[in-house]
Amino acid sequence: MISDKIFEKLRILADAAKYDVSCASSGTKRSNPGNGIGNASAWGICHSFTEDGRCIALLKIMLSNHCIYDCAYCVNRRSNDVPRTAFTAAEISDLTIGFYRRNYIEGLFLSSGVLRNADFTMEQMIAAVKDLRIRHRYNGYIHLKVIPGASPELIREAGLWADRLSVNMEIASENNLKLLAPEKNFESILKPIRMITDTIAENREDRRKFIHTGRFSPAGQSTQLIIGASDDSDRTVLKLASALYNRRNLKRVYYSGYIPVNSYDSRLPALNSPPLKREHRLYEADWLLRFYGFRVDEIVSEEYPDLDLNLDPKVMYALRNPWLFPVDINTADLPLLLRIPGVGPRSAQLIVAARRHGRLNSAHLKKIGVVMKRAQYFITCNELRAPSVQELKPERVRLMLLNQEKPADAVQLKLFHPVSALTPVLR
Amino acid sequence: MIVFRFDNTFEGLLTLVFESYRLKQFPDAIVGGTGSQSLLFAHTFEVVTDDAKAERVWNKIVEKSSAESAHRLYRVFLSELPEAPLLIFRYIRLVVESKVNIETDFSQPVVLEVVQIHRKVVREAQRIQMFTRFQQTAEGSYYASFVPQYNVLPLCIPHFCDRFADQEWIIYDLRRNFGFHYDRKEVVRITFENLRVNPQTGQLHPSLLDPGELQFQRLWKKYYDAVFIPQRKNIKVHRQFLPKRFWSYLPEKRSF
Repeated sequence: MISDKIFEKLRILADAAKYDVSCASSGTKRSNPGNGIGNASAWGICHSFTEDGRCIALLKIMLSNHCIYDCAYCVNRRSNDVPRTAFTAAEISDLTIGFYRRNYIEGLFLSSGVLRNADFTMEQMIAAVKDLRIRHRYNGYIHLKVIPGASPELIREAGLWADRLSVNMEIASENNLKLLAPEKNFESILKPIRMITDTIAENREDRRKFIHTGRFSPAGQSTQLIIGASDDSDRTVLKLASALYNRRNLKRVYYSGYIPVNSYDSRLPALNSPPLKREHRLYEADWLLRFYGFRVDEIVSEEYPDLDLNLDPKVMYALRNPWLFPVDINTADLPLLLRIPGVGPRSAQLIVAARRHGRLNSAHLKKIGVVMKRAQYFITCNELRAPSVQELKPERVRLMLLNQEKPADAVQLKLFHPVSALTPVLR
Repeated sequence: MIVFRFDNTFEGLLTLVFESYRLKQFPDAIVGGTGSQSLLFAHTFEVVTDDAKAERVWNKIVEKSSAESAHRLYRVFLSELPEAPLLIFRYIRLVVESKVNIETDFSQPVVLEVVQIHRKVVREAQRIQMFTRFQQTAEGSYYASFVPQYNVLPLCIPHFCDRFADQEWIIYDLRRNFGFHYDRKEVVRITFENLRVNPQTGQLHPSLLDPGELQFQRLWKKYYDAVFIPQRKNIKVHRQFLPKRFWSYLPEKRSF
């Protein structure tokens, strides 16, 4: 029988954890060895969706919402008068198993407020995960939050039990972190991130040499940045994200539009609603960095430090660089195709494959999946030329695109769409 | 008009292809089942399913196209769309009669249509993996049932076997009235005579459930309600990802 106490704890600790946006359950493929419960699917499976449209793949809870810190942006800050509670390790593992066996979830996402100190908290979290792995012989996905300041030994141990580790940066610049979270410092957050990156690399090397080396954080690490709680520009945010991808090998950087939970704090900007549109544009820019070969300074610059809210960052790039266009679909190489607004990685690859069989025209492009209403000003193909951005002038194209643009739905983009078969290639 | 009738199994359809080549008669229409109505002005061939003949056709597809191509046809067959058997027949003819592998020749409408139906079937199978909800029974085993749009349950079984290897479970398709039972060792196809299940919700009769089961469902609903962020409400996207036809089977969308 489940006691009322558990119901109440789950409500409080799920509510406390919900502002963390990471939900991925992908990156590890692991079969069930046969005597336990669970496996990890390489592509991740969502099991439900909340009414805000976010996916529920993992049981996302906090070990405890007690916290010794008083960060301005956080709902669990010390000075907030909210009900506080904590799970025991056994409660967490029993809950996870109960939900997992019913196919409600893909795994566990465990985070926590800081109890006493970082190491103490980290030990509690590891205990819960160990209980799950050993007592329940659980083989499914686990995402573990690393508490900044935890000792390297504990992080190392955490990585051996979990599939993914993450340390939340939250604020993109050092001075704003100092303002909003005076008890934290940038270095204490960056240190564990660096350490995890290095350990993953070492572990990969060790596994090549020794057969019996356990895998350390096999699904990599991720982090989250809160958007709109400080005055950091999109340029600051994206520069940090890009450095984390390139130098620290992060799998994902999540952007979380700040939801005004502590509106009484005068250090925070007054927001009527969360900056969902800005968050959406940041995800688009993030995609450009990771899948389209863009550099940060091509998306935002000192001159344009913030993303345009009305048009997507790739269109804005094209309008700032009209001399690159129109691009000839039938001859341009892949990196250049990827710069055309309305052409995604998949359609770019299909264009390259399909044009071997013959020259492509706009009808072909449409079938391939190119968004012609955007692409039309930036391409030439095997037919009569439509006026391009050069002849029309960027400002006019901007207005034309603005007029056809419907208000963008603020949706978090999904990285992994379910695998689907080949899209038609034209001959 | 030439009509072929088969027993609505995939092996039957492959046998049909074999017989069609043997008789050098190619169907204008393919009908399934044992229906007795005869079609006016039609010459009807009755196909008797023969596993050996079916296997030869299967191997031919693998040889001239690919194993994936053959499996793709099986999945298209599971769509149970009325046009599927004839489409599959035409696809196999293309495969057999072409010198090169036509699998990616999307200028052929038949190939394109196979790929499109296939995608829909695979998507439905993924949804079953996402939205299946087990209920614990009084004996400690787990039960789930629902109504998939296509006959995709067989495709999902390997996934459930791997993931839930140490628990006994039954997954049941209420519309097609069959399911699979796993006893920690092997999976068997089963059919229930009088299943005590609420067809609207897929819920077992309360007397068959573990006493703690409903509490777990309530607990899950509690969690679901707690993680919703009202400031981000977006029903349109919600519905797009979580189609309404699944709602009645999900504890989190039910009111207790």
